Amino acid sequence: MNLTLFLLALFDGIAYAALVFIVAVGLTLIFGVMRILNVAHGSLYAMGAYLTASLTTFVLAAGLPPIFAFPCMLVSAVLIGVVLGGPLEWLLLRRIYHKPEVLQLLVTFAIFMILEDVQRLIWGTQPIFQSAALQLMGNVKVFSVNYTVYQLILLPIVAITLLFGLRFFLRRTVAGKLILATTEDREAAQAIGIDADKVFLLTFIVGAGLAGLGGALASPTTSILPGIGADMIVLSFAVVATAGLGQIEGAALTALMIGLGRSFAVYVWPETQVLVPYLIMVAVLLVRPEGLFGSPSARKI
Amino acid sequence: MSIRIIIPAILLLLLALVPFGAQTLQVLLTLALAKGIAVMGITVLLRSGQVSFGHALYFAIAAYGGAFTLMLMPGADLIVVFLLGVMAAVLSGVLVGLFVARYRFIFFAMLNLAFSMIFWSILEKFYHYTGGADGMRLPRPTVFWIEMERGAYELFMFYLALALAIGLGWFSMRWLESPTGQLFRTLKTNETRLQYLGMSPQRVLMNGYVLSAMLCGTGGILMGLVQGVVTPEYAYWIRSGEMVFIAVLGGAGSVPGALVGAAIYEIVRTYASAFAGDVWQLVLGSFLLIIILFAPGGIAGIYNSLMDRIAGKKEDGE
Repeated sequence: MNLTLFLLALFDGIAYAALVFIVAVGLTLIFGVMRILNVAHGSLYAMGAYLTASLTTFVLAAGLPPIFAFPCMLVSAVLIGVVLGGPLEWLLLRRIYHKPEVLQLLVTFAIFMILEDVQRLIWGTQPIFQSAALQLMGNVKVFSVNYTVYQLILLPIVAITLLFGLRFFLRRTVAGKLILATTEDREAAQAIGIDADKVFLLTFIVGAGLAGLGGALASPTTSILPGIGADMIVLSFAVVATAGLGQIEGAALTALMIGLGRSFAVYVWPETQVLVPYLIMVAVLLVRPEGLFGSPSARKI
Repeated sequence: MSIRIIIPAILLLLLALVPFGAQTLQVLLTLALAKGIAVMGITVLLRSGQVSFGHALYFAIAAYGGAFTLMLMPGADLIVVFLLGVMAAVLSGVLVGLFVARYRFIFFAMLNLAFSMIFWSILEKFYHYTGGADGMRLPRPTVFWIEMERGAYELFMFYLALALAIGLGWFSMRWLESPTGQLFRTLKTNETRLQYLGMSPQRVLMNGYVLSAMLCGTGGILMGLVQGVVTPEYAYWIRSGEMVFIAVLGGAGSVPGALVGAAIYEIVRTYASAFAGDVWQLVLGSFLLIIILFAPGGIAGIYNSLMDRIAGKKEDGE
């Protein structure tokens, strides 16, 4: 493997890891606070991507300059979080917090099935491609490799900002501290006057918004077609499980691990591209069943 | 004899007469029975409180096992193909089970999903061996070394599926009542108690997991043999989701419910696909939500409460 290929694989891996992290962090945040694995997270990601592509195409068709592609992404992410995520938590998930874990899984799985078809009804089955944002930012030359600025610089910056932003939000702001307190012990938090329902709603909106943001950012880099949601939920679960459910910083590291593993596999042995993330996950879970950064939970008897 | 037993007996008798009365339904019901056997695998797992989003894996492994058998041993008999297919599913159930039996709930469900997605992508990517998205053909094998016409073969497969559904359904119900099955069900109610009894929960879950893989495999090989072709779609998450849906529809944990659920599901799907083909997942998902939120017992639950009411009325009248 020469330097050019090595750099290409490295950059691919970093760009991919940044995207996966943005989606996975939403998943792990929701799990950490609500103890629910949102299987529909992948659909929210896909819908974020579709919505961005449609909005961007619409805005460009209206004669606005391509720079407006970026506000479109933010708008889509917020829409996904508020318009889709909010009602989901409010109307459905709220009913099932006291039910057995199997039923919680089944409910989010049912939402996933519904949303997969909703996507196809709205956007059809033809692949959609809208790369205005990618082209706008042009290329950068690193050593002998040309790579897009969007993927090499913007995506990692967003991911890192998000990582530190979330840390800051959770540890330094009142809303974040309320979330952490509810995560720690819901009943005790309610006893001192925290509105746990509101905290859950806020968390789910933020988490869903992150899935939408991941999709929005991914939309210029790939063609959007049915099935990307299913791929993404399994992949981001792999990231989150390898890190340990609920671990935000850990998710960043495992996203990088899995992203790099996957991109190097593309150049070395392309057929295994899809397998590598899961092989990494299985290898880690065999040694540490609770994930790299998770701690074994105390058993309640 | 109580009415509770008479109705299923009549249904079974009607089912056995289908090839003579309603031949158009025969193939459809064969597929429904095959799917019902696979769904019993999910049902068994549900009794331990676990759900798997990836059991289509064993469905596909058995069918592909059968296809490879027929490719490598042209002219292999149905028995050979069938047994090798099921064995492939059981073997992979043991291998995957050794890993996933350490987990519960979310991890259990998602790790199964991950394994099925891995297998699906292998099927798609290594197309030199697996035929890629086009899948593999399963040419009609001989039955007990007798060549069969298509009609006779389909008739035979119908009764084979029916016999297997009844036999395996009976076996699963007996197994769930056996000491091993009782321990398995304790995973749902109190796993800690199981450990205090000196049992290894992993090993207990493993037993049921392998049984569920066997049931899913049996369904898969039957489906493959009847359709004559197997595609990667057999292993796709939509297939797993469908199986989970039918298990919940039939009544979470009810073995006969799995068969009834599968029959209702297949019939509705065949006739509804004309106008709801595009939104099928949407319809399924909505029904799943409705069942979970409003009728958690599924068909079996509704049937039982209906029977209770009838029995109750009789007592009142007397």
